[in-house]
Amino acid sequence: MCFDEPLFLRSGEVLEEYTLVYETYGQLNAEGSNAVLVCHALSGNHHAAGYHSEADAKPGWWDTMIGPGKPIDTNRFYVVSPNNIGGCDGSTGPSSISQSTGKPWGSLFPQVTVEDWVETQKRLAEYLGISHWAAVIGGSLGGMQALEWSVRYPSWLSHCVVFAAAPGLTAQNIAFNEIARQAIFSDPQWMQGDYALAETVPEKGMALARMVGHLTYMSADKMSDRFGRELRQGSFEPDDEEPIFQVESYLRYQGSQFAGRFDANTYVIMTRALDRFDLASHGQGNLTEALGKATAEFLIVSFSSDWRFAPNRSREIVDALLASGKKVTYADIESDAGHDGFLLEDDDYMALVSAWMKRVAS
Amino acid sequence: MLRGDIDTILDWVKQGSRVLDLGCGDGELLAALTKQKGVSGLGLDIDASNLIAAIDKGLCVVQQNMEDGLSNFNAKSFDVVIIAFSLQVLTRPHNVLERVVDIGNEAIVSFPNFGHWRSRLSLLLSGRMPKTKALPYSWFDTPNIHFCTVADFEQLCDQLEIKIIERKTSDSGHILAKLWPNLFAKTASYRIKRT
Repeated sequence: MCFDEPLFLRSGEVLEEYTLVYETYGQLNAEGSNAVLVCHALSGNHHAAGYHSEADAKPGWWDTMIGPGKPIDTNRFYVVSPNNIGGCDGSTGPSSISQSTGKPWGSLFPQVTVEDWVETQKRLAEYLGISHWAAVIGGSLGGMQALEWSVRYPSWLSHCVVFAAAPGLTAQNIAFNEIARQAIFSDPQWMQGDYALAETVPEKGMALARMVGHLTYMSADKMSDRFGRELRQGSFEPDDEEPIFQVESYLRYQGSQFAGRFDANTYVIMTRALDRFDLASHGQGNLTEALGKATAEFLIVSFSSDWRFAPNRSREIVDALLASGKKVTYADIESDAGHDGFLLEDDDYMALVSAWMKRVAS
Repeated sequence: MLRGDIDTILDWVKQGSRVLDLGCGDGELLAALTKQKGVSGLGLDIDASNLIAAIDKGLCVVQQNMEDGLSNFNAKSFDVVIIAFSLQVLTRPHNVLERVVDIGNEAIVSFPNFGHWRSRLSLLLSGRMPKTKALPYSWFDTPNIHFCTVADFEQLCDQLEIKIIERKTSDSGHILAKLWPNLFAKTASYRIKRT
């Protein structure tokens, strides 16, 4: 969908027009009361569930959660899943062609924020004939969008579901993002972000950025279970080939896979959007005051081994909601999957979300 | 019914109260309070399967250990705080009691009375820790680590300067339980508040 009404970004810049790609699952009912917005995280996109064709190796990124009979049941709900602007999967982003220059945006693409995404999602809703979300749902950076919705447009949603998120990043979290960005910037092929014009790809920088990121999404226990100190090739014998640990090989593979499919400018923009998000800014720095504006009922879920968006960050949200007298349910899912826990199938997690979604009208 | 405190609590809680149920389990009591008394309730529990069962009943629940100090709850933020049949599983029940009378305008506490004559007789005759239908665990493998009697609880309240507003015991129709609750009440329920 192409929107030609200018979008005034929080940075002060203006996108004169932009494309927003999205997928929907299920049917909007006659009352329009069963629409659910799913917000994606850093590396996600609009393809949240199902397969596009039989040739697809993998389904959408949240296929465990969304589908017929699944926790976000598409037999009951009309699920809308957009790809955020600044992305690299079809919506306008740094790898798109700029109308004014006729060239890829590259380094000239403006910094977008969680607030900007919420604006574009609201416009999409209006275009789709939706005036109210039965629920807005997201994990990680997607959870931040759901939180932003709850205080920016409280009357727009009756339920808000936030997995593995935080009211704002910690210094440590921002630091990890900065390492990832510096990895990209240090690649000679980065060309100050204008690699498309130079016909280069900062693949090495991107792979390194992803290796750091991916590492922080996993728990130490899970890595030990999965890789231990196993060697993939070679040995420590003098005459044998160079030894490579399984975990090294795994991280290299993850890095290069990601570098092949994801845009470096998008990665920089997304990590900055994460860094800049600050829910408490809606309450002059006070989170309780900020969430006091919300009217939705909340489900907040954390994952016990998630150290990137640790359970105590979710508890900050819960405590602020409790202090401002909001309806909230909170669970910390026992999991060894780290931050990625919110994307994976887990019996308690699935049962809990299914049970909670019963209260969301459809 | 093995417990006999549920009806008392349902009777005591006023229509439309804000209720915090500590150790809400599968949410049975809170669901009944919501349905019959229109309370706005919040449950606390640590067990995932309990949480799921309570969520399934449409309740709001927070996964939290009531022994963590409950510092996230403001003073007098609830009309009633309930500890129904979980006092005996706490490591430091007196600390929790002191908190609940701050968080709630009043608190309701119920527990099995270990001073009941059957428990006493069982210990006297067999010389072994009593097991009952309601409390069937062996002493070494039980969630119930802090049993008390009606007399013990009342003494603790006195020591903590907590005022007992009302006491109700199961078998309260029975004249003996009224006269000597410490010996004849199976379950005791109390309304308490900060003096």
